[in-house]
Amino acid sequence: MAEVTYLEAIRQALVEEMDRDESVFCLGQDIGAYGGAFKATDGLLDRFGSNRVIDTPISEAAIVGAAAGAAHMGMRPVCEMQFIDFISCAYDMLTNYVATSRYRAFLPCPIVVRGPSGGYVRGGPFHSQNPEAAFLHTPGLKIVYPATASDAKGLLKAAIRDDDPVLYFEHKYLYRRVKEELPDGDHVVPIGRARIAREGRDVSIITYAATVWKALDAAEQLEKEDGLSVEVLDLRSLLPMDDDALVATVKKTHRALIVHEDTRTGGVAGEITARLNERAFEWLDAPVMRVTAADVPLPYSPPLEDYVLPQTADIVKAARVLAGY
Amino acid sequence: MPARPTMKDAGPAGKRSTKPRTADRPSAALTRAQRIELYAWMRLTRSLEERLVNLYRQTKVVGGLFRSLGQEADAVGSAFALDRSKGDLLSPLIRNLGAMLVQGATPVEILRQYMAKGDSPTRGRELNIHFGDLERGFIGQISHLGDMVPVMAGVTLSFKLRGESRVGLVYVGDGATSTGAFHEGINFAAVQKCPLVVIVENNGYAYSTPIERQTAAVRLVDKAAGYGVPGVRADGNDVLAVYDVTKDAVERARAGGGVTLIELMTYRRKGHAEHDNQSYIPAGEIERWAEQNDPVDRYVRQLREDGIADAELTAVDARIERQIDEATDLAERSPMPDAEDALTGIYAEPARLAPLWFREPGAVVREHERAQGWGTFDG
Repeated sequence: MAEVTYLEAIRQALVEEMDRDESVFCLGQDIGAYGGAFKATDGLLDRFGSNRVIDTPISEAAIVGAAAGAAHMGMRPVCEMQFIDFISCAYDMLTNYVATSRYRAFLPCPIVVRGPSGGYVRGGPFHSQNPEAAFLHTPGLKIVYPATASDAKGLLKAAIRDDDPVLYFEHKYLYRRVKEELPDGDHVVPIGRARIAREGRDVSIITYAATVWKALDAAEQLEKEDGLSVEVLDLRSLLPMDDDALVATVKKTHRALIVHEDTRTGGVAGEITARLNERAFEWLDAPVMRVTAADVPLPYSPPLEDYVLPQTADIVKAARVLAGY
Repeated sequence: MPARPTMKDAGPAGKRSTKPRTADRPSAALTRAQRIELYAWMRLTRSLEERLVNLYRQTKVVGGLFRSLGQEADAVGSAFALDRSKGDLLSPLIRNLGAMLVQGATPVEILRQYMAKGDSPTRGRELNIHFGDLERGFIGQISHLGDMVPVMAGVTLSFKLRGESRVGLVYVGDGATSTGAFHEGINFAAVQKCPLVVIVENNGYAYSTPIERQTAAVRLVDKAAGYGVPGVRADGNDVLAVYDVTKDAVERARAGGGVTLIELMTYRRKGHAEHDNQSYIPAGEIERWAEQNDPVDRYVRQLREDGIADAELTAVDARIERQIDEATDLAERSPMPDAEDALTGIYAEPARLAPLWFREPGAVVREHERAQGWGTFDG
């Protein structure tokens, strides 16, 4: 079977879900004739027609708001943010309207909002963002952020079928860089469950999205150079978060390093740290440590971007400090 | 200068910007019973709000109280133009109690909602008239003004995509026309030719802000041109004129004609909410509107001219008073919500969140599982 890229896995998930359920439709900017800025929806217009692949004005709030309204009426809209950086334009709709809808009005709002996220691509401050922390704080939303092609497909299918709103962040650095053979058949990955990307005994690296790959590279290096056995936990879902997997890995290694590409203050790592403190304090042999981006808007120029974002060498260094604590 | 509603725009003696009422107007086809029904919905709106004021003064209303005094005609006349048998759906704003009643919201629901009762439509989760029921054709608003325009664009987009013969109606105030959501929503709906009627209720004030501080547009209806949709302006205090313009827009939408923007000229006689002392209103303005341009008084005069006897309307009033009394008794007897219901229904799954540990009954001191050797770390 041929290997499939992360990007193609996303496209496959959209096609399969639109084939399976006629209430699923896509809306977003330039997703029809153009096939999306990264071609995630390439060919969908021809296959499904303009009633199910809808090009919209540059109106993120209206895209999300209209998706909510259609979802109330039984549709399953999938919104594309051309770059996830623009999801902030729909922040009000998502946090005030969409997320509260089931709770305050008993109105299900099964929408997916997806879009290219993340850095390492010289995209500068407005084409590189990781907005997950801004939404992690909002009850009513779910958040997934896959690292592999298999999870990209399986989580998108799960997101579309979910009865609640799901933010589906897809890492544009991974679009064409990671590929694998995908499982046969109807491949759905349940939301809320982490994945052990590499088994280990000495240190746990807890991460998600593109830094999963950097953590795996770091683990390889640490094994070779230091003889350290590093476990890499890929969270995949941030909301809900797989607390059992967090506790399980710490019970095994007693040392936790959290790695994310997003900025540090108020980031997801802080939340993970608090959960470990509450649920696994007695199992820790060292303080929980974080490798994250510096607290700056992400700069464009390669020396600047490389300096701000977490690199494999940073993870190796931090893991050594943690292992020697 | 922008368009603060004046007696010229909305008034019995004033110049009308709508067509004069003639036999070809939709309201000419209303039956006698329907014309009395219009009166009844306006009367019910006003009397129910008056009851709420009493309950508010008795501190039985938990939050703020929002009145639509003087605006009953615009809410009732417009909602009445929808076809409930076809599944038309509206999204009310805070001064559209009348529209919700027309769609089938009941006085006891409104009272329980204001009183934060456990059997209120939102089980105590939301305030005032923030609730909906898709079956009866109204969808609950949120406080963020303008946000319901994109949502109703999506509701009506689904009607279009499925080829359903349904129409949506969304209300915004003059203030909401300044929001980004209003702009994005109406533009989206216009481009998609959604079967949506957008009603801008121009009541002169957004909280304390007069229209001239809200916009430099001379008339809000002129914004329609910017979206490439027809705009109509009508006297919002003339229930039949409101019905006429809305009915035309609804039928146009149903026929595939897309969005219409309607500006209804009216006047907010109470403050933003009951606590608001309206100190910012020019002296005499409220009184002038109350005396010369009350929508209920105007409609009663109209009904008299049409030969409907006062006794018939008095009977309606008596029925409504009884209905409100009964609803008040029921609502007062309703229980408050169970506190732990607060943890249900955030997601489909899990249906209920676990209580936070410090709220678990009797679980303040916990046995901690400890790793072997914990506390003996020697570096």
